[in-house]
This record gives sequence, structure tokens and C-alpha cells, in this order.
Amino acid sequence: MDFGSINPVLLVASLMVAATPIILAAAGELIVERAGVLNLGVEGMMITGAIVGFIVTAHTGSSWAGFGAAALGGALLSLLFALLTQFLLSNQVATGLALTLFGLGLSALLGQGYNGIKAPEFAKIDIPVLTDLPVVGPILFGHDPMVYIGIALIAAIWAFLKYSRAGLVLRAVGENHDAAHALGYHVMRIRTLAIMFGGACAGLGGAYISLVRVPQWTDGMTAGAGWIALAIVVFASWQPWRLLIGAYLFGGVTVLQLNLQAAGFAIPVEYLSMSPYIATILVLVLMNAGRAPGSLGRVFHASR
Amino acid sequence: MSDILLSLNGLTKAYPGVVANSDVSFEIHEGEIHALLGENGAGKSTLVKTIYGLVKPDKGEMTLRGQPYQPGEPRQARASGIAMVFQHFSLFDALNVAENIALGMENPPPMGELEDRIREVSEEYGLPLDPRRIVGDLSAGERQRVEIIRCLLQNPSLLIMDEPTSVLTPQEVNILFETLRKLSSEGTAILYISHKLEEIRALCQAATVLRLGKVVSKCDPRTTSAREMAEIMVGASLHVPTRAATPKGDVVLELKGLSAPAPHRFGTALQNIHISVKAGEVLGIGGVAGNGQDELLAALSGEMKSAHGMVRLGGEDISLMGPNERRSVGVCAAPEERNGHAAAPDMSLTENALLTGAVRKGLVSRGLLDWPATRTFAEEIIKAFDVRTPGPGNAARSLSGGNLQKFVIGREIMQKPKVLVINQPTWGVDASAAASIRQAILDLAAEGAAVVCISQDLDELREISDRFAALNDGRLTAPRDMQGLTIDEIGLMLGGAHDMEVAHVDA
Repeated sequence: MDFGSINPVLLVASLMVAATPIILAAAGELIVERAGVLNLGVEGMMITGAIVGFIVTAHTGSSWAGFGAAALGGALLSLLFALLTQFLLSNQVATGLALTLFGLGLSALLGQGYNGIKAPEFAKIDIPVLTDLPVVGPILFGHDPMVYIGIALIAAIWAFLKYSRAGLVLRAVGENHDAAHALGYHVMRIRTLAIMFGGACAGLGGAYISLVRVPQWTDGMTAGAGWIALAIVVFASWQPWRLLIGAYLFGGVTVLQLNLQAAGFAIPVEYLSMSPYIATILVLVLMNAGRAPGSLGRVFHASR
Repeated sequence: MSDILLSLNGLTKAYPGVVANSDVSFEIHEGEIHALLGENGAGKSTLVKTIYGLVKPDKGEMTLRGQPYQPGEPRQARASGIAMVFQHFSLFDALNVAENIALGMENPPPMGELEDRIREVSEEYGLPLDPRRIVGDLSAGERQRVEIIRCLLQNPSLLIMDEPTSVLTPQEVNILFETLRKLSSEGTAILYISHKLEEIRALCQAATVLRLGKVVSKCDPRTTSAREMAEIMVGASLHVPTRAATPKGDVVLELKGLSAPAPHRFGTALQNIHISVKAGEVLGIGGVAGNGQDELLAALSGEMKSAHGMVRLGGEDISLMGPNERRSVGVCAAPEERNGHAAAPDMSLTENALLTGAVRKGLVSRGLLDWPATRTFAEEIIKAFDVRTPGPGNAARSLSGGNLQKFVIGREIMQKPKVLVINQPTWGVDASAAASIRQAILDLAAEGAAVVCISQDLDELREISDRFAALNDGRLTAPRDMQGLTIDEIGLMLGGAHDMEVAHVDA
């Protein structure tokens, strides 16, 4: 075994890339859950975003167009969830699971004929002097724009929830939808918008996998990233910055175990493969779980 | 009298199967404290929701200062100067006081400024409140202050208050009344909904009585007796529970230094509670909501086990027994929340009868259920307690609050327990049903059962208790004989008013 072959700088730089799809999807789900809706369809919306983004990029050659289409695709799919749970008052857990299965099937259908094609390269940011700095350069300045957009999204969500009136109303709806309704807030409208935002973010996360990380299309390529995003939202106690830590931790252990496998570390590969999940859950549980939004997962019906 | 502020003309609102309001008309004058009276289901809530823009009337119109007034939503009502303090507080537990208040305002100032204004207004009206505190940690009285201040910050011309005093101590009620009188003298009209008639007589200048959705009387509460108003509300003469003078027997139930940690974050820890209740005795336990009532009931019913030796039945230690074991030795309990705690809302009355009656009524043999016997038991309860329902096969949810309450209390009483523990036996139940429930409790005690009645309704406790003790922050005062106890002494025992002051009238 040879630890010397693992370069810590490259490790940090690549964990930021590995964590980005999860950050994007989890950030969206965080808003959805703070509005009191539990959407278990993140995986389905991610994979839909992945294929829609891939198709558009393959035809236009523009990664940005692909990301835009992925966000739109995720939001459209989530609109189906919003229609079922907010207006037809269906059970959120069952509907979310169905959305995941639907998304997986739909993406496989759309993706026929796109297997094995390579996506055009998504240009990394290159700032002449800064990117060339040792250590700091590759970690802080050598990434593609989506990595920075993910971090900016977390900061924006944190500020939105903490300082803005709309954020306060969103939290109020998630906390006690009956009281929010009694005060005259439009619970269904606010939740529908939150669900669509969650769908768009999940779509972006999925597209990041198919356009940047892999970058090609394979059936079922999100491989559970949506479920990890869901788990990280809960274990991060619905706090944006904790969510970032959780996602980086997960990305870090994922990259590290891949490196260890490559270095021929003498424990069975299966243990290494499960380590990111165990490490993430352990750390986030130890960070003292917070309180869930009061109305999370409950069906709202404005009776009388 | 001064000018008319709000006038209602022929308001009618029907829901499938029930007419909530039928041709309701009356006027509220500027600066007037106007009482709206009526039994449960008389249509008071629907009416105020109409005024507040939550419900659209089928027919009829309203005018505000002579202008047509048709609020499409609460936002518009608030913009027109109408504010409402809800019966079940419309607050957000996880948010702080200032955030809660900001949510109820149209254009709240920035947080820092809002916090200053909250402090200002709370001082002026004698309702001290820290804007940074999390609402989930506040007492019921403090939560109400949040609601009132939220309304006052918008300088309303009409303040609607739906049963505001049901959660307050007598001292807190006095402070609230001072605040309301001060508001009224400044020209704010108040529409005051309550079924506590003595309060209405002390506070209000006019009253409108609703029965089955119709206005049946308009009276001056200052000159009408409480009994007269009660009979107008019910539409019949009232039955007052009578108590047989039974000699008290041996001590049946004993709590020896009962302590228990809070079961959840917003719960209350019980601290060193001592009680002994004799056969034939009713011990009334008063206190403002959230001072350990639910926890005390859970500790007695067996839902929450306590340490060895703390709970004793006839000298025998039952601390470690669960609810069914306790039922089998004779301790039955009826918790406060009907839907979801005392009864399973979506199950039929027969199934609900089985849930607590199985042990003492022998409805289960060798793991199999005896449905015919259960059905008979449910029918007996329905008959004995005058539960209005088509039959025992109906879901518990389909019953009105008062009827379901009669059923769950009846279910425990029919099991002939040695000890009955009840929390809020007549919460939200109308006057005639409440009287029959109280009578049944007294009858059970007369037959030799020990009864512990936890209630926030002091009039009720005065009516049925032999001795009285008060819960405050999980501690219980020493019990005193109810006879001869004045309302002021009770208020001091409840002791919840230490941080309040009467409004500065000159402010």
C-alpha cells in the first residue's frame, strides 16, 4: 500500500467536484422541506435533469443550454408532484417514491441512442495568476462555474431564510400551515413554488453528473445521489451551511476511498465503498440533530 | 351611543348539511365592547371568520363606516383596520416573537425597529414581552400577548377576540380586561366571543346571542343576569349538577414525591408532587395550560412510568405498571385531546370502546375480540350518556366535540373504576352537555370512586371538587378544601401572574 500516491491538494479539489451534484440537489430539497413538503422524488428529478441536460447539450453543443434545460426539466417533473400532493392531496411519501421510479423510467426512455456519446467539455475557470498558485490555486480557483454556483446557492439560501420576508413566510408555512393560512398566506402557492425550485435544483445536480463529472450518459447514472441529498438535508438539521459540510464530507470520503482502492489498500473494496455513507451519517448525527419543520410531510387542506 | 363602525345585514352561510349562519344582522359601534354569545356550533366562529375575510358569505352584506365591506382575504380585512386574536393561537412555535408578529403585519418595519416597537407597545399596555424569545417556550398567557400585540401594532379599529380568557389565570384575566378597557376608551371597538357569562357582564356594553346560526336575542349584559343569558343561549332552562354528601372513605390513590423529566422539548417536568385522594372524593387540579397537566395525567394513567414507589393504589405500588395493567387494577383515565388521544378519530365507536374497555369489560378472550359484547358496551355508553349519534358503527371523528367527549368520559365511568383521572372533561363542550358530564363525575364519586379532575375551568372545579390544588410549572400546591376558597386565593395558588402589571392608564 502506498499513501504517497495520494495527493492531498488534488483530493480536496476533486472532492469539491464530487460534492457539487449533491449540494445542488440538497439545496433545493432543503427549501422544499422548509416549506413543509417532503419530496422523495429527488433521485427521479436528478436523473431526468441528467438526460434532458445531456440531450440538449449534445444537440446544441452548449453546456449552459444543457444546464438550463435540465433545470426546466426537473421543475416540470416536480410540477407533477406539486399537482398531486398540493391540489389532489395525495400522500407525499408515496407520490415522491412514484416520482423517483417514474423519473428513472422516463430518463431511460429519453436516453435511448445517447449511450456512449461523450459530452463536450465544460470549460473550467482559468484566472491566469491565481489558478497557477500552488495548493490554493487548484483548490480555490481551478474549478468549473457550477462548483461556485453550488456554493453561492447555499449562501443565497441561508441569507434568504434568515433575512428576507419571503424566507420568513416560507418558514412559517413549513412550521404551521394552519396558522399561516389563518394569517392569509397562500400555502399551496408558496409550496408549489418551493417544490418547483427544488425540482430545478435537482435537475441541475443531475446534469452536473452527466455533463461534467462522468461526462456521458448511462442509464441510472445518478446511482443514489438523490437519496444521499435527501439524507443530508435531514442530518444537516435543515441548516444550509451544515448541508455544505455534510456534502463535502461525503464527497471527501468518496474520493478518498477511490484513491485508497487505487492505492491497493488491503481491506475489501465493499467496505471502502460503503464508507462515505457511514462517515456522513455518523458525523451529521453526532452534530446534534435539530428540529424538523412542524408541518413537514403533512397534507394541508384549507377546510372551511 | 357613538357612530356605527361595522354593520352586518342578513349574513347567511351554509355548509353541506348545516346552516352555520342564517340571516344574521347586528351593529358594532365605535369603541364598544360587544359580546357575541352562543353554544358550540351556534355559528360564532363562522361569523367572525366572515368578518375577518376567511369565509365568504352566501348572502348578506357588511358595511364598515358606511362603506360596503367585502374582504376577500384576511389581508384586506387587516388593511381595513380589523384584527383578530384567534382561539387556537395562530402562532409558530419555532419562530421568535418578533418574527411571529412580522408575519401578521402587511408591511413590517425592519426587525430592529419592529423589536423596539414591540417593547414600546407591550410596555404601554402592560403586556411585557421579549421580542427575541422563541414562542414555543412561552406560557399560554404570554402567547396570547404575542397575538394581542400583533394586532395592536396595526392600530385596529375593530379587534376580534375569540375566547381569550380560557387559558388565563384570574389575575391575567384582570390585566387583559384593563388592557381591553383602555383600548375601548381610545376608540377601538372589540368583538368579544366567550361563553363565560360573568366575564361578559363585567366587561361588555352590548351582547348578541346566536343559537343554531340565528340571532335570538340582543341584550345589555350589564343589566341581564348570567342565568338569563345562559338560558337564552341554550333555549331551555339549565340543569345545575347536584352533589350528594357522601362520607369519604380510605385513601385510594397516593402520589409520593412524584417527579418526572419533561417528555419532550416543549413539555414540563413534574417536580415532587404529593397527593392522597380518598374514596368518594373529587380532587380538582387547576392551573394554566402547559404547567404539567398532560404530564400528570400521563403519570397517573401509566402512559409515562415513574420511579419505584411514587404512585400507589390502596397502598400497592403501581408506578411501573403500563396503562392496561393500571386499568385492570382499577385506574382509568380520560385525557384532554379527544381526537387522537382519548379516541382514535377514524375508528368506529365500537372499536374505540374496545380500546380502553377490553381489560375491565373482558372483551378479549385468548387473544380474540368479542365484537358482540363490545358493541353492546358501546351501545350502553351511548344510551347512558345521551351520545347523539346514529349508532356505534359511526367513526369517532363524525361526532361533535361535546358528543365525543360524553362518549369518552362515559366509556371510562361505565368501567366502574376505583380511580378516575380526567383532564379538561368539558373543554369546548356546550353548557348542557357539560352539566351532564359533571353530574356523571359526581355520581361516580358518590359510588365510592376517587376522582382526580384536572381542568383550566375554575368554575367547573368549584362546582365539583371537594379539595383544590394548583399546578404551576410542574409543581403542585398543597390541596385545600374547596369550600370557602375565594377566587382570589385560587388565583394566588395558580400564581401565574407574577410578571404582569396592569396597563398604565395615563400612558
